[in-house]
Amino acid sequence: MERKTKVSAEEDKPYLTIMRAFDLPVELLFRAYAEAELVEQWMGTKVLKLESRKHGSYQFETADPQGNVLFKANGTIHEYLPNQKIVRTFEMENATFDVQLEFLEFEKLTEDTSKLTMQVIYRSAQARDENLKLPFAYGVNMAHNRLEEILSKLK
Amino acid sequence: MNLRRDVFQAIADPTRRAILMLVAAHAMTAGAIAANFDTARPTVSRHLQILTECELLTQEQNGREIYYHLNPQKMKEIADFIEPFRNMWDDRFNKLETIMKTYKTK
Repeated sequence: MERKTKVSAEEDKPYLTIMRAFDLPVELLFRAYAEAELVEQWMGTKVLKLESRKHGSYQFETADPQGNVLFKANGTIHEYLPNQKIVRTFEMENATFDVQLEFLEFEKLTEDTSKLTMQVIYRSAQARDENLKLPFAYGVNMAHNRLEEILSKLK
Repeated sequence: MNLRRDVFQAIADPTRRAILMLVAAHAMTAGAIAANFDTARPTVSRHLQILTECELLTQEQNGREIYYHLNPQKMKEIADFIEPFRNMWDDRFNKLETIMKTYKTK
């Protein structure tokens, strides 16, 4: 299946852009970001708090099936224009990464389609690259864990 | 021109991905590459042009023939970092789309 998401990350720049067209009216796309129970479903994280308004803040928490917290994040909403724009900060807790700034722009393409452009700004180009590598590192880890699992069964 | 963005457009096409796989094995001429596809020769030429413009392929003149090489540096960049990142977001967004489609009818 072809990937619909585009990521643009120019070399030596502290930002990156994620773009995606959706088969959804812009109102529904926006709701997926504005309502806690919807964010929980597609992000696969627990939403402890989500105040969808200017000066509002949010807190996410992801735990494994045993209840161990794997990931905690929070941020503040700086701009909130329904069906148009969200500007917010994002901070991973207990991580070595500094807070990042996110500009989310929601655009109506047709009555039933829409587009999201997400620009993420990091403290430095180096920090950007490290963040970019996370899913890769995670994938390698997963493969490694799986390998260990298989090997341990062979013993 | 935003080169990086072009790279993603370049690898979004299945024929172009197939070309990269072919050239990864060894440098080839446009004619030899085209022989692997049912696609018209000018279409293959266009694909080669796009892949060259975004530096995934490099050209080397050898006598009267131009050989296409894979630029491993460029390929490595994509394969190592951006692809897993993009896939992560793509999976999330696919989920978002599926979930929100059920709200469409409500």
